[in-house]
Amino acid sequence: MSACPKILSQHFDVPNAHKIEVYCSRGGYTSARKVLTEMGAEQVIEEVKKSNLRGLGGAGFPTGMKWGFIPRQSKKPCYVVINADEGEPGTFKDRYILCLDPHALIEGVIIACFAVKSHKAFIYIRGEYVEPVRIFRGAVEEAYEKGFLGKGIFGTDYSLDLIIHVGAGAYICGEETALLDSLEGKKGFPRLKPPFPAVKGLFNSPTVINNVETLACVPHIINKGAEWFSKLGCEKNGGTRLYSVSGHVKKPGLYELPLGTSLKEIIYEHAGGIRQDLILKAVIPGGISSSILKANEIDIRMDFNSLAAAGTMLGSAGIMVMDETTCMVKALLVATRFFAHESCGQCSPCREGTGWILKIVERIWEGKGRPQDLDNLIDISQNIEGNTICAFGDAAASPVISYIKKFRGEFEHHIKTGSCDLVEAALK
Amino acid sequence: MIKNSDFTYQYKLELEQIMSQYETKRAALLPVLNLAQEKYGSLSPEIEKAAAEYLDLPLMQVREVVSFYTLYHTKLKGKYHFQVCRNMSCHLLGCEEIIEYLKTRLSIDVGEDSEDGRFSLSTVECLGACEIAPMMQLNDRYIGPLTKESMDEILSKILSEQKI
Repeated sequence: MSACPKILSQHFDVPNAHKIEVYCSRGGYTSARKVLTEMGAEQVIEEVKKSNLRGLGGAGFPTGMKWGFIPRQSKKPCYVVINADEGEPGTFKDRYILCLDPHALIEGVIIACFAVKSHKAFIYIRGEYVEPVRIFRGAVEEAYEKGFLGKGIFGTDYSLDLIIHVGAGAYICGEETALLDSLEGKKGFPRLKPPFPAVKGLFNSPTVINNVETLACVPHIINKGAEWFSKLGCEKNGGTRLYSVSGHVKKPGLYELPLGTSLKEIIYEHAGGIRQDLILKAVIPGGISSSILKANEIDIRMDFNSLAAAGTMLGSAGIMVMDETTCMVKALLVATRFFAHESCGQCSPCREGTGWILKIVERIWEGKGRPQDLDNLIDISQNIEGNTICAFGDAAASPVISYIKKFRGEFEHHIKTGSCDLVEAALK
Repeated sequence: MIKNSDFTYQYKLELEQIMSQYETKRAALLPVLNLAQEKYGSLSPEIEKAAAEYLDLPLMQVREVVSFYTLYHTKLKGKYHFQVCRNMSCHLLGCEEIIEYLKTRLSIDVGEDSEDGRFSLSTVECLGACEIAPMMQLNDRYIGPLTKESMDEILSKILSEQKI
């Protein structure tokens, strides 16, 4: 079993960890103070670059490099936007940070804003997170009262405001440019890139958008050094990762482990293995958008590069486990229903394609499948892929292609017999 | 009946505080609508009009935002709004059974409200709490893992007006 350094989750079990006194008593805000009083902006960016911290919302883009893209001489204000939309099914890590260690996030925000010379940050929290919003709002108020936010932070001439913006229910707003449109009071429609947000983002100004988990890592990097952080992970993937594990495991929950921990180890050693000791059938490794893995493919390192090489992705590290009782047709129906429901409707291939896919999968599930349905599903999916403004189209296509590719026999059987007796047989 | 001016008049201070945080008037639209729904329970055409006037926006821009986001509703929900998650982890652990059971116990279908205005039942796509699947949001609270027994307990508390 991998050693389990508690970095992001080290305060989770501490009583009242969300209170500023508790956070400060455990060394909190010393990194932000150090940055503001002893370091320069470029030095902070260099340190984050050296740490090999990558965006943990799903895309995995190097964080220091992203900060470095902000034009240094821009006359416009620069904004930092924290993506706390967390809508990827299978993922619940950011909720834990917001509720159990909100000051680590606020400290990360202060450091990020200082590094890119921003004086205003917006955190976009999904509307369903009523309790996390309440807790985080309390933490922000505490930080203002202590003088860690507002004017003249830590006795310097640096000032920063952090605004909490609550969303209203739309998965697409987790996509960074859709989030910006939503923050500007519009429907959450993704924008064409370029221009990238670093050049033209919120209110047409240079903008950095980072995920909650990413920013919560930053104080630890400053505190213990980039080298320490980079060594926690693997090549080009610094730090640990919060893995959200759910589905047919004995101990669903949030597990902090090094990047690159084996998926098999996470399921069988940390999450306790498969419920009732049934046989594993499949695993979604990185949220519902990631391609599915068969049981014999889980001996794999959970890092961005290893999963990409296996044709899937680490994404949000939301691991969903399926045992032998799972009907893959029904599972695909659940996934396609989600994408059809959440397509923003801006691009025709996605708007029309996701609805069309859903109709076909529903038909198969209802026992009215046709022999040509599977090839049609693949064809429609491949025609969505790469033909939309944002990555949602690709995300909608990948489950369809991977479920059919890996469980084609089961889909064909379902079309032929109109039933799920393969699953029933597995249980006999 | 809410008049256009009531909302902006009654909640003037809160609205001014919201407006002060944003660079453009339009950017305040979601927080303004969130506040209105919190105060009135739903977003009526009068509220949409009041928000449009307050933010100097065409009514259509307000309406398209209201219809885009799933948390906005234009009709009042029941006093107890059951929103059962039906995405993958909740599906794998039996949310369909939970939904069927709730339909029977509440005597309403998904998407319906009870005639006495007490209950509403909805299904939702992922609430970000897969570790407690199958789960639901009951008004503001997340509850899970759900079983028929735990739902009986919740319902008996509601029916006897106890705190959940």
